[in-house]
Amino acid sequence: MTAEQAAAPARPGGLSRRSRRRLSLGGQYGLFIVVVVLIAALANWPQLHTNFANWQVAKGLFPDIITVGLRNTALYTAVGFGIGLVLGLVIALMRLSPVLPYRWFATAYIEMFRGLPLLLIFIFVGVGVPLAFPGTTIPGGAVGQAGLALGLAAAAYMAETIRAGIEAVPRGQLEAARSLGMSQGRAMRSIIIPPLTNELVLLCKDSSLVLFLGITLEQRELTKFGRDLAGQQGNTTPIIVAGICYLIITIPLSLLARRLEARQRRERR
Amino acid sequence: MSAPDTAGTGRAVEISGLRKSFGANEVLRGIDFHVERGEVVCVIGPSGSGKSTLLRCVNLLEEPSAGTVRVGGVEVTDPDVDIDAVRRRIGMVFQSFNLFPHLTALGNVTIAQRKVLKRDRAEAERIARENLERVGLADKVGSYPAQLSGGQQQRVAIARALAMGPEVMLFDEPTSALDPELVGDVLGVMRGLAETGMTMLVVTHEMSFAREVADRVVFMDGGVVVEEGPPSRVIADPEHERTRGFLSRVLDPAAARVEGSGPSDKFGSDGANA
Repeated sequence: MTAEQAAAPARPGGLSRRSRRRLSLGGQYGLFIVVVVLIAALANWPQLHTNFANWQVAKGLFPDIITVGLRNTALYTAVGFGIGLVLGLVIALMRLSPVLPYRWFATAYIEMFRGLPLLLIFIFVGVGVPLAFPGTTIPGGAVGQAGLALGLAAAAYMAETIRAGIEAVPRGQLEAARSLGMSQGRAMRSIIIPPLTNELVLLCKDSSLVLFLGITLEQRELTKFGRDLAGQQGNTTPIIVAGICYLIITIPLSLLARRLEARQRRERR
Repeated sequence: MSAPDTAGTGRAVEISGLRKSFGANEVLRGIDFHVERGEVVCVIGPSGSGKSTLLRCVNLLEEPSAGTVRVGGVEVTDPDVDIDAVRRRIGMVFQSFNLFPHLTALGNVTIAQRKVLKRDRAEAERIARENLERVGLADKVGSYPAQLSGGQQQRVAIARALAMGPEVMLFDEPTSALDPELVGDVLGVMRGLAETGMTMLVVTHEMSFAREVADRVVFMDGGVVVEEGPPSRVIADPEHERTRGFLSRVLDPAAARVEGSGPSDKFGSDGANA
């Protein structure tokens, strides 16, 4: 200690850098402990337990919350993602097309669907379309309706990501592929698209978050399921359980996305 | 296998009346020259003289504004020609390597063999390994481009072009983007390639390479061919003033100022020398 102090340059009226760092770290840990103690002492644990983590209520949710709620959520997401991906690819290519009206349409589509709340699109598909064209039904029932609404919105976001990805491919790589005798389409499929698949998985994660937004259609998915049961039982536990179900899907997706991002960084280093 | 109807009979490359404009800027102003089979031709000249554009017109990465280009007797500039079939017979190496970053060295060398020539995986990999060994990279088969030095990347790019079995190889300033100590490896590979009788058209600033390896040197300036001939004449004893000026600047940049042989020299011979 004395040796250290002796080694430290004399700073009149001030602390050494080492002391400052220690003080700051000590302060932060101290604050953390105080907050934890306060919460533990002041919270009404029995009431929290019965309202938020009521095992009786939670047990009653199974297996329906999985077989109906989670299943429908996953189904809507998958259908919406599929429609969004195909439509998004088409719109991205239109956006890059030399044909002017295609570019106009793509730009208008992207701006419109990114600017509208998802709920409005749902109402449009679920209520507006049947009203406007009596007798028409969207194939696939609720799944078809939800998937279409989600897909229409997701396509606008995906189109922008795909377009950015295509434009980011250095021109030289395309030229190299062409000079090896690949046709434009072959070069696109073999050279331009594969690096985009990483990006598409990342997109899947993001869009899955967008897609989990409220669904107002008949067939119950997680959020509606949780809300309905919470209302019936006068207890918050169903909402908590529904939330956990979402996390079961989204956390692995986030981890996967992070690993892909890391791999991409390694490759582009 | 690859389109015998386009397999050439004439000269390796024959260019006549070639012009190329980018907007109002005319980069090539009427080029006539050819490359015989098995010949190594180096194109030299100041930057902006149109050398790279000329090379890129040979495999139609740039579309000529006027004139004709024939490769192995096939008129590349004919709109009815299948350009992809022609490009299969022309290997190209770029200044900036242009490897595919998501594929390993082996993947870079096999992908076009498999997708374009329809070779099966085993055969494509065998040929890829042969060519990677030929450029001295047998131990880098599994490396991604980002893990390789510039010189190694450029040698993978050469192997990638060679694996297609080209009749002609085009090199567009292949060593200009490299650190000086890596240039030798790439030039060594190119020298070895020339010794096997490959037809090569090389745009380069490496005068010693041109002098030792080229059968013929073409000096370009301002979009035209100013002078061409064996290196012993064009490099050692050029006829034209412009060629002499360029060579003195390139061969000995420091001396160029002192001797005042270049037209851009403002100092005269007694300026810095006295």
